[in-house]
Amino acid sequence: MNRIRASISTIWAVSGIVIKELYRRKDFYVLFVVTAVITLMMASVNFFHEGKIVRYLKDICLLLIWISALVIAIATTARQLPAERESRTIFPLLAKPVTRGQVVVGKFLGCWLACGIALVVFYVFFGVICLAKQDHIGFWQYFQAIWLQWGMLAIVIGMVLLGSVVFSAPSANATICFVAVVSILILGSHLHKIAITEPEPLSVLLSSLYFLIPHLEWFYAVRDRLVFDQNLIPWVDCLLATLYAAAYVAIFLCGTWMLFRRRVLTT
Amino acid sequence: MSVEAPSILSTQSPARPSSNAAVIRIENLVVEYPGRGIGQRATTAVKDLNLEVYQGEVFGFLGPNGAGKTSTMQVLLGFQPPTRGAASIFGVDVRQPIARQRIGYLPEMTYYYKFLTSEELLRFYGRIFRIPRPELEVRIDSALKLVELEEARKRLIRTYSKGMQQRIGLAQALINNPDLLILDEPTSGLDPLGRMKVREIIQRLRSEGKTVLFSSHELGEVETVCDRIAIIHRGELQVLGRVADLVEEHQMDLERIFLKIIGYGMNHQREQRA
Ligand SMILES: Nc1ncnc2c1ncn2[C@@H]1O[C@H](COP(=O)(O)OP(=O)(O)OP(=O)(O)O)[C@@H](O)[C@H]1O
Ligand SMILES: [Mg+2]
Repeated sequence: MNRIRASISTIWAVSGIVIKELYRRKDFYVLFVVTAVITLMMASVNFFHEGKIVRYLKDICLLLIWISALVIAIATTARQLPAERESRTIFPLLAKPVTRGQVVVGKFLGCWLACGIALVVFYVFFGVICLAKQDHIGFWQYFQAIWLQWGMLAIVIGMVLLGSVVFSAPSANATICFVAVVSILILGSHLHKIAITEPEPLSVLLSSLYFLIPHLEWFYAVRDRLVFDQNLIPWVDCLLATLYAAAYVAIFLCGTWMLFRRRVLTT
Repeated sequence: MSVEAPSILSTQSPARPSSNAAVIRIENLVVEYPGRGIGQRATTAVKDLNLEVYQGEVFGFLGPNGAGKTSTMQVLLGFQPPTRGAASIFGVDVRQPIARQRIGYLPEMTYYYKFLTSEELLRFYGRIFRIPRPELEVRIDSALKLVELEEARKRLIRTYSKGMQQRIGLAQALINNPDLLILDEPTSGLDPLGRMKVREIIQRLRSEGKTVLFSSHELGEVETVCDRIAIIHRGELQVLGRVADLVEEHQMDLERIFLKIIGYGMNHQREQRA
Protein backbone atom coordinates (compact mmCIF):
# COMPACT_ATOMS: atom_id res chain seq x y z
CA MET A 1 0.00 0.00 0.00
CA ASN A 2 2.76 2.37 0.98
CA ARG A 3 4.76 1.35 -2.07
CA ILE A 4 1.85 2.21 -4.33
CA ARG A 5 1.44 5.61 -2.68
CA ALA A 6 5.15 6.30 -3.07
CA SER A 7 5.00 5.25 -6.69
CA ILE A 8 2.05 7.50 -7.43
CA SER A 9 3.67 10.49 -5.79
CA THR A 10 6.86 9.93 -7.80
CA ILE A 11 4.96 9.63 -11.07
CA TRP A 12 3.04 12.74 -10.15
CA ALA A 13 6.26 14.67 -9.44
CA VAL A 14 7.78 13.63 -12.79
CA SER A 15 4.64 14.65 -14.65
CA GLY A 16 4.61 18.01 -12.89
CA ILE A 17 7.92 18.86 -14.54
CA VAL A 18 6.49 18.22 -18.01
CA ILE A 19 3.50 20.44 -17.33
CA LYS A 20 5.72 23.26 -16.07
CA GLU A 21 7.83 22.89 -19.17
CA LEU A 22 4.81 23.28 -21.44
CA TYR A 23 3.61 26.53 -19.96
CA ARG A 24 7.07 28.02 -19.72
CA ARG A 25 7.88 27.38 -23.36
CA LYS A 26 6.54 29.47 -26.19
CA ASP A 27 5.24 26.75 -28.54
CA PHE A 28 1.83 26.56 -26.96
CA TYR A 29 1.25 30.31 -26.95
CA VAL A 30 2.35 30.60 -30.57
CA LEU A 31 -0.04 27.89 -31.72
CA PHE A 32 -2.87 29.37 -29.70
CA VAL A 33 -2.33 32.85 -31.11
CA VAL A 34 -2.12 31.50 -34.66
CA THR A 35 -5.37 29.57 -34.20
CA ALA A 36 -7.09 32.57 -32.67
CA VAL A 37 -5.89 35.03 -35.29
CA ILE A 38 -6.88 32.86 -38.24
CA THR A 39 -10.30 32.16 -36.75
CA LEU A 40 -10.94 35.81 -35.95
CA MET A 41 -9.87 36.86 -39.43
CA MET A 42 -12.27 34.35 -40.93
CA ALA A 43 -15.00 35.65 -38.69
CA SER A 44 -14.45 39.28 -39.67
CA VAL A 45 -14.23 38.72 -43.42
CA ASN A 46 -17.47 37.62 -44.96
CA PHE A 47 -16.24 34.93 -47.33
CA PHE A 48 -19.28 32.74 -47.24
CA HIS A 49 -23.02 32.94 -47.52
CA GLU A 50 -24.46 34.32 -44.32
CA GLY A 51 -26.37 31.19 -43.42
CA LYS A 52 -23.41 28.90 -43.61
CA ILE A 53 -20.76 31.12 -42.10
CA VAL A 54 -21.10 29.88 -38.54
CA ARG A 55 -20.70 26.31 -39.65
CA TYR A 56 -17.62 27.05 -41.76
CA LEU A 57 -16.12 29.07 -38.98
CA LYS A 58 -16.59 26.26 -36.51
CA ASP A 59 -15.22 23.81 -39.04
CA ILE A 60 -12.03 25.81 -39.55
CA CYS A 61 -11.54 26.60 -35.88
CA LEU A 62 -11.89 22.94 -34.91
CA LEU A 63 -9.53 21.86 -37.67
CA LEU A 64 -6.93 24.31 -36.36
CA ILE A 65 -7.48 23.06 -32.83
CA TRP A 66 -6.93 19.48 -33.97
CA ILE A 67 -3.75 20.34 -35.79
CA SER A 68 -2.40 22.48 -32.94
CA ALA A 69 -3.16 19.83 -30.35
CA LEU A 70 -1.39 17.19 -32.43
CA VAL A 71 1.64 19.42 -32.88
CA ILE A 72 1.80 20.20 -29.16
CA ALA A 73 1.38 16.54 -28.19
CA ILE A 74 3.96 15.23 -30.63
CA ALA A 75 6.53 17.97 -30.13
CA THR A 76 6.31 17.88 -26.33
CA THR A 77 6.43 14.10 -26.06
CA ALA A 78 9.16 13.53 -28.62
CA ARG A 79 11.72 15.55 -26.72
CA GLN A 80 11.04 14.27 -23.18
CA LEU A 81 13.29 11.21 -22.89
CA PRO A 82 15.96 12.42 -25.37
CA ALA A 83 16.26 15.72 -23.47
CA GLU A 84 16.71 13.87 -20.19
CA ARG A 85 19.66 12.08 -21.70
CA GLU A 86 21.03 15.03 -23.63
CA SER A 87 21.16 17.30 -20.58
CA ARG A 88 22.11 14.30 -18.41
CA THR A 89 19.35 14.98 -15.89
CA ILE A 90 18.41 11.33 -16.22
CA PHE A 91 21.42 10.52 -14.00
CA PRO A 92 20.54 12.52 -10.89
CA LEU A 93 16.93 11.44 -11.43
CA LEU A 94 17.64 7.70 -11.60
CA ALA A 95 20.13 7.96 -8.73
CA LYS A 96 17.07 8.69 -6.59
CA PRO A 97 14.41 6.18 -5.63
CA VAL A 98 12.81 6.30 -9.08
CA THR A 99 12.41 3.34 -11.40
CA ARG A 100 12.61 3.65 -15.14
CA GLY A 101 9.00 2.51 -15.36
CA GLN A 102 7.95 5.41 -13.17
CA VAL A 103 9.88 7.80 -15.41
CA VAL A 104 8.04 6.46 -18.48
CA VAL A 105 4.61 6.64 -16.86
CA GLY A 106 5.36 10.06 -15.35
CA LYS A 107 6.42 11.44 -18.70
CA PHE A 108 3.31 10.03 -20.35
CA LEU A 109 1.02 11.43 -17.70
CA GLY A 110 2.73 14.82 -17.81
CA CYS A 111 2.41 15.11 -21.58
CA TRP A 112 -1.19 13.98 -21.48
CA LEU A 113 -2.23 16.36 -18.71
CA ALA A 114 -0.36 19.21 -20.38
CA CYS A 115 -2.28 18.50 -23.60
CA GLY A 116 -5.50 18.38 -21.61
CA ILE A 117 -4.85 21.86 -20.23
CA ALA A 118 -4.05 23.12 -23.72
CA LEU A 119 -7.25 21.57 -25.07
CA VAL A 120 -9.39 23.27 -22.45
CA VAL A 121 -7.86 26.64 -23.35
CA PHE A 122 -8.51 26.03 -27.04
CA TYR A 123 -12.10 24.92 -26.46
CA VAL A 124 -12.84 27.92 -24.26
CA PHE A 125 -11.83 30.07 -27.20
CA PHE A 126 -14.01 27.96 -29.49
CA GLY A 127 -16.92 28.37 -27.11
CA VAL A 128 -16.50 32.13 -27.05
CA ILE A 129 -16.56 32.23 -30.86
CA CYS A 130 -19.73 30.12 -30.92
CA LEU A 131 -21.42 32.33 -28.35
CA ALA A 132 -20.43 35.46 -30.23
CA LYS A 133 -22.09 34.03 -33.33
CA GLN A 134 -25.18 33.18 -31.26
CA ASP A 135 -24.72 29.51 -31.87
CA HIS A 136 -25.73 27.09 -29.18
CA ILE A 137 -23.79 23.98 -28.25
CA GLY A 138 -24.73 22.01 -25.20
CA PHE A 139 -22.35 21.40 -22.32
CA TRP A 140 -22.31 17.66 -22.81
CA GLN A 141 -21.49 18.02 -26.47
CA TYR A 142 -18.47 20.07 -25.43
CA PHE A 143 -17.54 17.54 -22.88
CA GLN A 144 -17.66 14.69 -25.38
CA ALA A 145 -15.61 16.64 -27.90
CA ILE A 146 -12.86 17.44 -25.44
CA TRP A 147 -12.88 14.02 -23.86
CA LEU A 148 -12.66 12.05 -27.08
CA GLN A 149 -10.01 14.30 -28.55
CA TRP A 150 -8.04 13.98 -25.32
CA GLY A 151 -8.41 10.20 -25.53
CA MET A 152 -7.06 10.23 -29.05
CA LEU A 153 -4.13 12.38 -27.93
CA ALA A 154 -3.34 9.77 -25.27
CA ILE A 155 -2.81 7.19 -28.02
CA VAL A 156 -0.65 9.62 -29.98
CA ILE A 157 1.44 10.48 -26.92
CA GLY A 158 1.98 6.80 -26.13
CA MET A 159 3.04 6.20 -29.70
CA VAL A 160 5.49 9.11 -29.72
CA LEU A 161 6.94 8.05 -26.37
CA LEU A 162 7.61 4.61 -27.80
CA GLY A 163 9.11 6.26 -30.86
CA SER A 164 11.44 8.29 -28.69
CA VAL A 165 13.16 5.15 -27.40
CA VAL A 166 13.22 3.53 -30.86
CA PHE A 167 14.54 6.40 -32.97
CA SER A 168 17.56 8.25 -31.68
CA ALA A 169 16.77 11.68 -33.14
CA PRO A 170 13.72 13.43 -31.65
CA SER A 171 13.07 15.34 -34.87
CA ALA A 172 12.98 12.14 -36.91
CA ASN A 173 10.65 10.58 -34.38
CA ALA A 174 8.34 13.61 -34.40
CA THR A 175 8.19 13.67 -38.20
CA ILE A 176 7.53 9.95 -38.54
CA CYS A 177 4.83 10.03 -35.88
CA PHE A 178 3.16 13.08 -37.39
CA VAL A 179 3.04 11.48 -40.83
CA ALA A 180 1.74 8.24 -39.30
CA VAL A 181 -1.00 10.02 -37.34
CA VAL A 182 -2.15 12.11 -40.30
CA SER A 183 -2.14 9.05 -42.58
CA ILE A 184 -4.25 7.13 -40.10
CA LEU A 185 -6.67 10.05 -39.78
CA ILE A 186 -7.07 10.28 -43.57
CA LEU A 187 -6.66 6.70 -44.76
CA GLY A 188 -7.30 4.61 -41.67
CA SER A 189 -10.93 3.77 -42.36
CA HIS A 190 -10.34 3.08 -46.05
CA LEU A 191 -7.49 0.62 -45.63
CA HIS A 192 -9.60 -2.51 -45.69
CA LYS A 193 -11.57 -1.24 -48.68
CA ILE A 194 -8.32 -0.66 -50.55
CA ALA A 195 -7.14 -4.06 -49.41
CA ILE A 196 -9.95 -5.86 -51.24
CA THR A 197 -9.00 -4.31 -54.57
CA GLU A 198 -5.31 -5.15 -54.29
CA PRO A 199 -3.54 -8.41 -55.33
CA GLU A 200 -2.73 -11.14 -52.82
CA PRO A 201 0.35 -10.27 -50.71
CA LEU A 202 -0.45 -6.56 -50.56
CA SER A 203 -4.05 -7.13 -49.63
CA VAL A 204 -3.10 -9.30 -46.67
CA LEU A 205 -0.58 -6.72 -45.59
CA LEU A 206 -3.10 -3.89 -45.83
CA SER A 207 -5.83 -5.69 -43.97
CA SER A 208 -3.49 -6.76 -41.19
CA LEU A 209 -2.34 -3.16 -40.98
CA TYR A 210 -6.00 -2.19 -40.75
CA PHE A 211 -6.43 -4.42 -37.72
CA LEU A 212 -3.19 -3.31 -36.06
CA ILE A 213 -3.25 0.47 -36.26
CA PRO A 214 -5.03 2.55 -33.66
CA HIS A 215 -8.04 3.98 -35.48
CA LEU A 216 -7.66 7.61 -34.57
CA GLU A 217 -10.20 8.59 -37.24
CA TRP A 218 -12.98 7.09 -35.11
CA PHE A 219 -12.28 9.81 -32.58
CA TYR A 220 -12.26 12.43 -35.28
CA ALA A 221 -15.94 11.79 -35.91
CA VAL A 222 -16.76 13.80 -32.80
CA ARG A 223 -15.67 16.93 -34.61
CA ASP A 224 -18.45 16.63 -37.20
CA ARG A 225 -20.98 16.40 -34.42
CA LEU A 226 -19.92 19.79 -33.11
CA VAL A 227 -19.87 21.38 -36.56
CA PHE A 228 -23.23 20.11 -37.65
CA ASP A 229 -24.92 20.49 -34.26
CA GLN A 230 -25.83 16.86 -34.18
CA ASN A 231 -26.98 14.96 -31.16
CA LEU A 232 -24.75 13.55 -28.47
CA ILE A 233 -22.74 10.44 -29.20
CA PRO A 234 -24.21 7.51 -27.25
CA TRP A 235 -22.42 7.26 -23.90
CA VAL A 236 -21.75 3.58 -24.45
CA ASP A 237 -19.76 4.46 -27.55
CA CYS A 238 -17.82 7.05 -25.55
CA LEU A 239 -16.99 4.43 -22.98
CA LEU A 240 -15.88 1.95 -25.62
CA ALA A 241 -13.71 4.57 -27.31
CA THR A 242 -12.13 5.36 -23.92
CA LEU A 243 -11.36 1.70 -23.30
CA TYR A 244 -9.99 1.40 -26.82
CA ALA A 245 -7.63 4.33 -26.19
CA ALA A 246 -6.60 2.93 -22.80
CA ALA A 247 -5.70 -0.41 -24.38
CA TYR A 248 -3.45 1.19 -26.97
CA VAL A 249 -1.84 3.42 -24.35
CA ALA A 250 -1.09 0.35 -22.24
CA ILE A 251 0.49 -1.43 -25.20
CA PHE A 252 2.64 1.57 -26.14
CA LEU A 253 3.75 2.21 -22.56
CA CYS A 254 4.69 -1.43 -22.04
CA GLY A 255 6.75 -1.33 -25.22
CA THR A 256 8.45 1.88 -24.15
CA TRP A 257 9.21 0.50 -20.72
CA MET A 258 10.64 -2.76 -22.06
CA LEU A 259 13.02 -0.92 -24.37
CA PHE A 260 13.94 1.81 -21.91
CA ARG A 261 14.45 -0.58 -19.00
CA ARG A 262 17.38 -2.32 -20.67
CA ARG A 263 18.87 0.77 -22.27
CA VAL A 264 22.47 1.52 -21.30
CA LEU A 265 22.18 5.21 -20.63
CA THR A 266 25.83 6.11 -20.92
CA THR A 267 26.22 5.37 -24.62
CA MET B 1 52.17 0.97 -16.20
CA SER B 2 54.41 2.22 -13.45
CA VAL B 3 57.08 -0.27 -12.37
CA GLU B 4 56.61 0.30 -8.69
CA ALA B 5 52.90 -0.25 -8.82
CA PRO B 6 52.77 -3.39 -6.64
CA SER B 7 54.74 -1.81 -3.84
CA ILE B 8 52.59 1.29 -3.87
CA LEU B 9 49.44 -0.67 -3.26
CA SER B 10 49.47 -0.44 0.47
CA THR B 11 48.97 -3.87 1.92
CA GLN B 12 47.96 -2.95 5.44
CA SER B 13 44.24 -2.61 5.84
CA PRO B 14 43.11 0.98 6.23
CA ALA B 15 43.00 2.29 9.74
CA ARG B 16 39.30 2.60 10.32
CA PRO B 17 38.90 0.27 13.23
CA SER B 18 35.72 1.84 14.53
CA SER B 19 33.68 0.60 11.60
CA ASN B 20 34.98 -1.74 9.00
CA ALA B 21 31.75 -2.28 7.15
CA ALA B 22 32.39 -1.71 3.46
CA VAL B 23 29.75 0.66 2.12
CA ILE B 24 31.06 0.30 -1.42
CA ARG B 25 32.68 -2.90 -2.60
CA ILE B 26 34.07 -3.26 -6.10
CA GLU B 27 35.45 -6.64 -7.16
CA ASN B 28 37.39 -7.27 -10.36
CA LEU B 29 35.31 -4.68 -12.12
CA VAL B 30 35.70 -4.39 -15.88
CA VAL B 31 33.82 -1.75 -17.83
CA GLU B 32 33.91 -1.83 -21.61
CA TYR B 33 32.19 0.40 -24.11
CA PRO B 34 31.36 -1.41 -27.34
CA GLY B 35 33.00 0.05 -30.40
CA ARG B 36 30.71 2.09 -32.58
CA GLY B 37 30.50 0.93 -36.16
CA ILE B 38 32.17 -2.04 -37.79
CA GLY B 39 35.83 -2.67 -37.09
CA GLN B 40 35.97 -0.31 -34.13
CA ARG B 41 37.55 -1.84 -31.08
CA ALA B 42 35.77 -1.69 -27.76
CA THR B 43 37.17 0.79 -25.23
CA THR B 44 38.09 -0.65 -21.89
CA ALA B 45 37.39 2.11 -19.42
CA VAL B 46 38.02 0.12 -16.23
CA LYS B 47 40.28 -2.95 -15.91
CA ASP B 48 40.01 -5.33 -12.99
CA LEU B 49 39.34 -2.76 -10.36
CA ASN B 50 39.20 -3.83 -6.72
CA LEU B 51 38.20 -1.25 -4.18
CA GLU B 52 36.43 -0.93 -0.88
CA VAL B 53 35.15 2.21 0.72
CA TYR B 54 34.35 1.95 4.40
CA GLN B 55 31.65 3.51 6.45
CA GLY B 56 32.47 7.01 7.64
CA GLU B 57 35.46 7.66 5.43
CA VAL B 58 36.14 10.29 2.81
CA PHE B 59 37.61 8.57 -0.19
CA GLY B 60 39.36 10.44 -2.99
CA PHE B 61 39.16 8.89 -6.43
CA LEU B 62 41.93 10.29 -8.60
CA GLY B 63 43.22 9.78 -12.07
CA PRO B 64 43.94 11.71 -15.25
CA ASN B 65 41.22 12.54 -17.76
CA GLY B 66 39.74 9.38 -19.23
CA ALA B 67 41.11 7.19 -16.44
CA GLY B 68 37.71 5.61 -15.76
CA LYS B 69 36.49 7.46 -12.67
CA THR B 70 33.11 8.45 -14.07
CA SER B 71 32.63 5.01 -15.61
CA THR B 72 33.19 3.38 -12.22
CA MET B 73 30.68 5.69 -10.57
CA GLN B 74 28.12 5.03 -13.27
CA VAL B 75 28.37 1.32 -12.64
CA LEU B 76 27.94 1.95 -8.93
CA LEU B 77 24.70 3.82 -9.61
CA GLY B 78 23.40 1.18 -11.98
CA PHE B 79 23.37 3.31 -15.14
CA GLN B 80 25.27 0.61 -16.92
CA PRO B 81 25.91 -3.01 -15.98
CA PRO B 82 29.47 -4.11 -15.23
CA THR B 83 30.98 -5.89 -18.23
CA ARG B 84 32.63 -8.31 -15.80
CA GLY B 85 33.12 -8.39 -12.06
CA ALA B 86 30.77 -7.08 -9.44
CA ALA B 87 30.04 -4.07 -7.33
CA SER B 88 27.80 -3.53 -4.36
CA ILE B 89 26.58 -0.62 -2.29
CA PHE B 90 25.44 -1.19 1.29
CA GLY B 91 25.93 -4.89 0.56
CA VAL B 92 23.42 -4.93 -2.30
CA ASP B 93 24.58 -5.75 -5.82
CA VAL B 94 24.34 -2.65 -7.98
CA ARG B 95 22.35 -4.60 -10.55
CA GLN B 96 19.54 -4.88 -8.04
CA PRO B 97 17.41 -1.85 -7.33
CA ILE B 98 19.66 -0.40 -4.63
CA ALA B 99 18.89 1.63 -1.55
CA ARG B 100 18.81 4.93 -3.39
CA GLN B 101 16.95 6.55 -0.55
CA ARG B 102 20.28 6.85 1.28
CA ILE B 103 22.49 7.96 -1.61
CA GLY B 104 23.34 11.43 -2.86
CA TYR B 105 24.86 11.67 -6.32
CA LEU B 106 26.41 14.62 -8.08
CA PRO B 107 26.96 13.80 -11.75
CA GLU B 108 29.47 15.63 -13.91
CA MET B 109 28.41 18.10 -16.61
CA THR B 110 24.68 18.09 -15.95
CA TYR B 111 22.38 20.81 -17.24
CA TYR B 112 19.43 20.78 -14.89
CA TYR B 113 15.94 21.51 -16.20
CA LYS B 114 16.53 25.01 -17.38
CA PHE B 115 12.88 26.04 -17.28
CA LEU B 116 12.74 25.56 -13.50
CA THR B 117 14.07 27.73 -10.71
CA SER B 118 16.53 26.17 -8.29
CA GLU B 119 13.85 26.21 -5.60
CA GLU B 120 11.48 24.25 -7.84
CA LEU B 121 14.20 21.83 -8.83
CA LEU B 122 14.95 20.98 -5.21
CA ARG B 123 11.25 20.71 -4.44
CA PHE B 124 10.88 18.23 -7.29
CA TYR B 125 13.76 16.06 -6.05
CA GLY B 126 12.52 16.36 -2.48
CA ARG B 127 9.10 15.10 -3.50
CA ILE B 128 10.71 12.02 -5.03
CA PHE B 129 12.25 11.29 -1.63
CA ARG B 130 8.82 11.88 -0.09
CA ILE B 131 10.16 14.43 2.35
CA PRO B 132 7.15 16.02 4.08
CA ARG B 133 6.41 19.52 2.83
CA PRO B 134 7.30 21.69 5.88
CA GLU B 135 10.49 19.70 6.42
CA LEU B 136 11.33 19.96 2.72
CA GLU B 137 11.02 23.73 2.75
CA VAL B 138 13.43 23.91 5.67
CA ARG B 139 15.89 21.67 3.86
CA ILE B 140 15.63 23.65 0.64
CA ASP B 141 16.35 26.84 2.54
CA SER B 142 19.38 25.38 4.23
CA ALA B 143 20.69 23.65 1.09
CA LEU B 144 20.45 26.84 -0.94
CA LYS B 145 22.12 28.72 1.85
CA LEU B 146 24.89 26.15 2.01
CA VAL B 147 25.71 26.47 -1.68
CA GLU B 148 25.07 30.22 -1.62
CA LEU B 149 22.29 30.35 -4.14
CA GLU B 150 19.74 32.13 -1.94
CA GLU B 151 19.73 35.25 -4.09
CA ALA B 152 19.16 33.25 -7.26
CA ARG B 153 16.60 30.84 -5.87
CA LYS B 154 13.70 32.31 -7.81
CA ARG B 155 15.59 32.67 -11.08
CA LEU B 156 15.32 30.16 -13.90
CA ILE B 157 18.29 27.79 -14.07
CA ARG B 158 18.60 28.83 -17.72
CA THR B 159 20.18 32.06 -16.47
CA TYR B 160 22.76 30.39 -14.21
CA SER B 161 26.51 30.45 -14.71
CA LYS B 162 28.50 27.23 -14.88
CA GLY B 163 29.54 27.43 -11.24
CA MET B 164 25.97 28.12 -10.17
CA GLN B 165 24.83 25.03 -12.05
CA GLN B 166 27.47 23.04 -10.21
CA ARG B 167 26.24 24.47 -6.91
CA ILE B 168 22.65 23.52 -7.55
CA GLY B 169 23.94 20.04 -8.40
CA LEU B 170 25.58 19.82 -5.02
CA ALA B 171 22.42 21.06 -3.32
CA GLN B 172 20.33 18.35 -4.98
CA ALA B 173 22.82 15.68 -3.90
CA LEU B 174 22.39 16.76 -0.28
CA ILE B 175 18.61 17.23 -0.22
CA ASN B 176 17.81 13.78 1.20
CA ASN B 177 20.49 13.97 3.89
CA PRO B 178 22.19 10.87 2.44
CA ASP B 179 24.48 8.42 4.22
CA LEU B 180 26.61 7.88 1.14
CA LEU B 181 27.65 10.62 -1.24
CA ILE B 182 29.10 9.91 -4.66
CA LEU B 183 30.40 13.17 -6.06
CA ASP B 184 31.90 13.38 -9.53
CA GLU B 185 34.28 16.34 -9.50
CA PRO B 186 32.30 18.42 -7.00
CA THR B 187 34.60 21.43 -7.25
CA SER B 188 34.80 21.62 -11.02
CA GLY B 189 33.89 25.09 -12.22
CA LEU B 190 33.81 26.59 -8.75
CA ASP B 191 35.67 29.71 -7.64
CA PRO B 192 38.19 29.51 -4.76
CA LEU B 193 35.54 30.39 -2.21
CA GLY B 194 33.20 27.78 -3.64
CA ARG B 195 35.95 25.17 -3.45
CA MET B 196 36.61 26.02 0.15
CA LYS B 197 32.91 25.70 0.86
CA VAL B 198 32.82 22.24 -0.73
CA ARG B 199 35.79 21.18 1.39
CA GLU B 200 33.96 22.39 4.46
CA ILE B 201 30.81 20.56 3.44
CA ILE B 202 32.72 17.32 2.93
CA GLN B 203 34.46 17.70 6.28
CA ARG B 204 31.18 18.37 7.99
CA LEU B 205 29.65 15.28 6.37
CA ARG B 206 32.53 13.21 7.67
CA SER B 207 32.04 14.54 11.16
CA GLU B 208 28.43 13.40 10.89
CA GLY B 209 29.63 9.91 10.08
CA LYS B 210 28.69 9.91 6.40
CA THR B 211 30.65 8.17 3.70
CA VAL B 212 31.89 10.22 0.77
CA LEU B 213 33.42 8.98 -2.47
CA PHE B 214 34.52 11.79 -4.72
CA SER B 215 36.64 12.26 -7.78
CA SER B 216 38.77 15.31 -8.23
CA HIS B 217 41.68 16.83 -10.09
CA GLU B 218 42.49 19.21 -7.24
CA LEU B 219 45.22 17.36 -5.42
CA GLY B 220 45.58 20.02 -2.77
CA GLU B 221 41.99 19.68 -1.68
CA VAL B 222 42.22 15.91 -1.84
CA GLU B 223 45.19 16.02 0.48
CA THR B 224 43.31 18.09 3.05
CA VAL B 225 39.98 16.28 3.14
CA CYS B 226 40.56 12.64 2.22
CA ASP B 227 41.12 9.75 4.59
CA ARG B 228 42.21 7.49 1.77
CA ILE B 229 42.78 7.87 -1.92
CA ALA B 230 43.01 5.69 -4.99
CA ILE B 231 44.75 6.73 -8.17
CA ILE B 232 43.70 4.96 -11.33
CA HIS B 233 45.36 5.28 -14.69
CA ARG B 234 43.94 3.87 -17.93
CA GLY B 235 41.36 1.97 -15.92
CA GLU B 236 43.87 0.27 -13.64
CA LEU B 237 44.33 0.88 -9.96
CA GLN B 238 47.83 2.20 -9.33
CA VAL B 239 47.81 3.48 -5.79
CA LEU B 240 45.59 2.92 -2.81
CA GLY B 241 46.13 4.10 0.70
CA ARG B 242 46.11 6.85 3.28
CA VAL B 243 47.46 10.17 2.07
CA ALA B 244 49.90 10.55 4.96
CA ASP B 245 51.25 7.03 4.48
CA LEU B 246 51.76 7.54 0.77
CA VAL B 247 53.54 10.84 1.26
CA GLU B 248 55.82 9.26 3.83
CA GLU B 249 56.43 6.15 1.77
CA HIS B 250 57.37 8.06 -1.37
CA GLN B 251 59.04 11.03 0.25
CA MET B 252 57.20 13.36 -2.08
CA ASP B 253 53.93 15.26 -2.10
CA LEU B 254 50.74 13.95 -3.62
CA GLU B 255 51.12 15.90 -6.82
CA ARG B 256 54.55 14.38 -7.48
CA ILE B 257 53.22 10.92 -6.72
CA PHE B 258 50.36 11.49 -9.11
CA LEU B 259 52.62 12.68 -11.89
CA LYS B 260 54.97 9.80 -11.36
CA ILE B 261 52.13 7.29 -11.55
CA ILE B 262 50.85 8.60 -14.82
CA GLY B 263 54.39 8.44 -16.14
CA TYR B 264 54.92 12.14 -16.55
CA GLY B 265 58.08 12.44 -14.47
CA MET B 266 60.01 9.82 -16.42
CA ASN B 267 59.15 11.16 -19.85
CA HIS B 268 59.89 14.63 -18.66
CA GLN B 269 63.32 13.69 -17.35
CA ARG B 270 64.06 11.74 -20.51
CA GLU B 271 63.08 14.77 -22.60
CA GLN B 272 65.26 17.00 -20.50
CA ARG B 273 68.22 14.68 -20.88
CA ALA B 274 67.81 14.45 -24.63
N1 LIG C 1 29.87 6.57 -23.53
C1 LIG C 1 31.11 6.18 -23.85
N2 LIG C 1 31.33 5.51 -24.99
C2 LIG C 1 32.58 5.10 -25.32
N3 LIG C 1 33.65 5.32 -24.56
C3 LIG C 1 33.48 5.98 -23.41
C4 LIG C 1 32.22 6.45 -23.00
N4 LIG C 1 32.35 7.08 -21.81
C5 LIG C 1 33.66 7.01 -21.50
N5 LIG C 1 34.34 6.35 -22.46
C6 LIG C 1 35.78 6.06 -22.43
O1 LIG C 1 36.09 5.43 -21.22
C7 LIG C 1 37.29 5.92 -20.68
C8 LIG C 1 37.07 6.41 -19.26
O2 LIG C 1 36.19 7.52 -19.27
P1 LIG C 1 35.65 8.20 -17.95
O3 LIG C 1 34.61 9.18 -18.33
O4 LIG C 1 35.28 7.14 -16.98
O5 LIG C 1 36.96 8.97 -17.43
P2 LIG C 1 37.14 9.92 -16.19
O6 LIG C 1 38.18 9.30 -15.32
O7 LIG C 1 35.87 10.26 -15.56
O8 LIG C 1 37.79 11.22 -16.87
P3 LIG C 1 37.60 12.78 -16.54
O9 LIG C 1 38.61 13.12 -15.51
O10 LIG C 1 37.95 13.43 -17.84
O11 LIG C 1 36.22 13.01 -16.13
C9 LIG C 1 37.78 6.99 -21.63
O12 LIG C 1 38.78 6.42 -22.45
C10 LIG C 1 36.59 7.33 -22.47
O13 LIG C 1 36.98 7.64 -23.79
MG1 LIG D 1 34.78 11.98 -15.29
